[in-house]
Parts: sequence; structure tokens; C-alpha cells
Amino acid sequence: MRSEPVVQVQALVKRYGTKTAVDGLDLVARQGVTAVLGPNGAGKTTTVETCEGYRRPDSGTVRVLGLDPVRDSAALRPRVGVMLQSGGVYSGARADEMLRHVARLHAHPLDVDALIERLGLGSCGRTAYRRLSGGQQQRLALAMAVVGRPELVFLDEPTAGLDPQARRATWDLVRDLRADGVSVILTTHYMDEAEQLADDVAIIDAGRVIAQGSPEELCRGGAENTLRFTGRPGLDVASLLKALPADSSADEPVPGSYRVVGKVDPQLLATVTSWCAQHGVMPDRISVERHTLEDVFLELTGKELRS
Amino acid sequence: MTTTGTYSPKPGAAPLPRMIAAQAVLETKMLLRNGEQLLLTVVIPTLLLVLFSTVDVVDTGEGETVDFLAPGVLALAVMSTAFTGQAIATGFERRYGVLKRLASSPLPRWGLMTAKTLSVLVTEVLQVALVTVIALVLGWSPQGDPFTVFLLLVLGTAAFSGLGLLMAGTLKAEATLAAANLVFLLLLVGGGVVVPLDRFPDAARDVLGLLPISALSEGLRDVLRHGAGVPWDDLGILAVWAVAGLAAAGKLFRWE
Repeated sequence: MRSEPVVQVQALVKRYGTKTAVDGLDLVARQGVTAVLGPNGAGKTTTVETCEGYRRPDSGTVRVLGLDPVRDSAALRPRVGVMLQSGGVYSGARADEMLRHVARLHAHPLDVDALIERLGLGSCGRTAYRRLSGGQQQRLALAMAVVGRPELVFLDEPTAGLDPQARRATWDLVRDLRADGVSVILTTHYMDEAEQLADDVAIIDAGRVIAQGSPEELCRGGAENTLRFTGRPGLDVASLLKALPADSSADEPVPGSYRVVGKVDPQLLATVTSWCAQHGVMPDRISVERHTLEDVFLELTGKELRS
Repeated sequence: MTTTGTYSPKPGAAPLPRMIAAQAVLETKMLLRNGEQLLLTVVIPTLLLVLFSTVDVVDTGEGETVDFLAPGVLALAVMSTAFTGQAIATGFERRYGVLKRLASSPLPRWGLMTAKTLSVLVTEVLQVALVTVIALVLGWSPQGDPFTVFLLLVLGTAAFSGLGLLMAGTLKAEATLAAANLVFLLLLVGGGVVVPLDRFPDAARDVLGLLPISALSEGLRDVLRHGAGVPWDDLGILAVWAVAGLAAAGKLFRWE
């Protein structure tokens, strides 16, 4: 069984002037990695910043590690690590200087040198923060979020604009945090990031959670998946269809190329191959197209671009 | 959790005095590393002191020019650090999310403000030492009770800090930068720092005398030049500015 929720948001509403940024949002995050996924302006940052105690809910309740982020701020702050979307460092400070400083604010910080090494910040040398590359600034912000050995880390778009190597380094660190029992809430609009890292994904749109579950659950719950194979043209599709589960379909869109649409699982694959064996068909190419989180996301949030 | 890896949670805030000390050290380092800040806090006061003491630019009345100038430059030093420097630095820290990020660290907000004040005081000690040494070399002979001088400097710092933080916490960083420099320049000219207030028309003089910089420079001058007792009226003006400024900053300051 999974443990107590680390974050519990109920009916959260947050307005800025006449604009409603978060509109009755419910979210439960448990131990592990939770990705909050959504298009720009969906309310991801507002939700996370309310959990971090930066914003007061207009209505609804927010509990982080069982505490109220505003009222119990003093008790909560040492237990939570925060990575802002940008900034947060004195423009004249060096990376190691700032990281050491944040470490000094904690009772049992991580080894700063090891963390610098781990995140490749050693090359920053004596360069002031404002002259660091975007990737170096991001990694420093990540290091600052974890250096105090928190129980829970909030990462707001931790890999936005990073090159592939730096992205991998960030992902590896998130996996290590998870393995060592640190819970992570991350916002992202990269589907692969959520798919790679998250135990649980919450998709937010227009200020509400519109779907939540493990990446597998979300992909399964979405549109049907497709299995394709090739064989000699003109096979008896009707006979194949009879062998398949009731909610499946099968056809031959191009001669010699067959398509099965339905709930694609190991059982279905076995059914198709054994049907081929019975009919003396050698399926020389067989492929499964599983729906990605991206398909699910676009289906749920609409395909048009939003400003 | 039974795992004990590198990142296994072990949260906790450092002891409060250690956090505040660390923050004060960092703030002071950042201030001393910033070229524009050093121009304001060190170069301009020193230049004014040396230049106006050795070249007869302004008629400062009877007596040694440096005896008139040194108290004014001490007041200017306080204003440059507590007001101008603090306003600009804090304005940009707010703009770049430094205040926001620190607000989610274990350091409480009042701890951050205490550290800022400590950093201002440390800088002022260095400034006062520098100005005093240079003034003494130029032939300054200070009078009066050092404790009264100390009291004036502390109240002056409180008054200017309140106004600086009010500006930094309400205006945009660029507006703070422009306004803080403009105010510095205007008060330098009109606040009895290098130009005696009695050179202004009577009506203007009465108004200028109520400014915190005038109260501080005139108060310091009464004591250091004329050996006067406690200048209650100037202390009173500074106290009013301090209470009003700090209260307004406390109420209106926006952290992001």
C-alpha cells in the first residue's frame, strides 16, 4: 500500500483580478514522483506556488506533509525543497557560494562538493550567476532545492530549455531522489519527462485536474491502440476478427499489410500470432503502436495551440 | 522508510543565529562586490570630502572647512548605504526572485531583514572608519559626545532603511534604481551635506530642515563641530521618519 498523501489539494480556487487561474482543483500526490502536466496557463505554477506557501487560496484547502503551507510555514519550510521556474539567486553570487549558503540554512545538508560534482556545476568556477548559461542556472536552482535534504521537493519546469545531457542529469537525480525516499512534485510540459519519471501524472487544463493516474493507466484509458503486421495479401480478415476479442477490429488497409485495433495487450498479441500459425502465415513484420502520453494529453486538452 | 541513501530525507533548519549570521555575511559580500554600490558608498563620499576640503568651492562659514564637511559626509555615508544602496540591491533581489526563494528557505522573513540591517551596519562601520581617517588626515578636530553621535547614526540608519525598503518593496527595480539615485543627488545638494542650509532662502530652509538627511547632517554637525549636547529636535525628526518609513515598508512591502 502506498503511504499518506504528501500533498492534498481540495477544491482550490485562485483568482488574479478577474482571471481565474485555478478553478476548483483537486489533487492528491503520494510518496514518489508526481508530474503535473498541462498547457501554458493551465494553472500548474499557481497550484505549485500555493503548495509552497507563496499564495493564499481564495477558497479550498491545501495540505503539504499534513500542514497548512501558509499557517505552518515555519515548520514546513525546512522539510520542503523549492526550485522556482527561474531566478532566485543574487546576480553577483557564484554558484558554489550560493549553494553553500543555502546549505548553511539547514541542519543536515548534503555534501556540497559532491552535489556540485554530480550536477556538473564545478565548471562554473568564479563566474557570477548572471553570466552562467541557462542550463547552469537551472542546475544550480535544482541543487538548491535538494541540498537541505528535504522530504518533498517541488520542481517547476526543471528541464525547460536544457540540452539533452543536462536533461538526463536532471532525470537521473530525480530518480535517485525517488529511490532514496524523497517525494517529488514536478510541473512540466514535456510528455516524455512525465512518462520517464512519474509514478503518477495529473493533467491540468483551465485550472482543473482533468485526468490523473500512472502513465500506463492514462495511456490505457485513452484511445485504442494498434497492432500491425505484414503477410501475404488477401488473408481472411473475417476469420481473424472472429478470433479476436469482441471490441476489436481488423482490416487490410494496404494489400499485405494488416491492422488490428483494440485493447493491445500480451493476450491480443498471442491471439494474433497463433491465428497466423494456424493459417500458415509468417508475419514478417509485427509492430505495436501504443498510445503515448502525448496522444492522451492532446486528446484531453485539445490540439489547437493556445496563447 | 528504511533506505539510507545519499538523498534520504533528514530535514531541519540550522540554528537561527547561524542562519542570520550566514545571511548577513552573504549580503555584505554581495554589497562589497558590486561596483556601483562601492561608487556610492565609498568613492563619492571620499571624493567629496577630499575635494571640498582642499578646494574652496562652497563658503562654509568660519572655521576649518573639514570641520563643516566631515559630519555632512558621515550623514551622506549613512544615506548611501541604508537608503540608496539598500533600496537598489533589495529592488533587484525582489525582481530576480531572490527574496522569493529565500522566503521558502528555513530563514524566517524577519531573519532576512535582520541580516540586511546587520549588513548595512557593518558597511557603515567601514565607511565611518574610512571617512574619519581621511578627515583626521585633512585636519579634522571632532568635538562632542561619541554616544550622541552613535545615537544619531543609528536613528539615521533606521530612517533611511525604512524609506529604502519602502521604495524597493513597492516600485519596479528599474524605477527604484532611478529614483534612489535621483533622491541621493537631490538630498546631497539640498540636505546640508556639502552646502550649508543657511545658503538657501528662509522658506526653503525650513522645509529642507525637516528632511532626514538634513536632520542627520545638522545634528552631527552641532555635536561634532560645535560640541553641542543632545540635538533633540534632529533626533525627533529622524525618529518620526524612522517610525513612518519602517511602518509603511512593513505594511506595503511586496516580496515578489
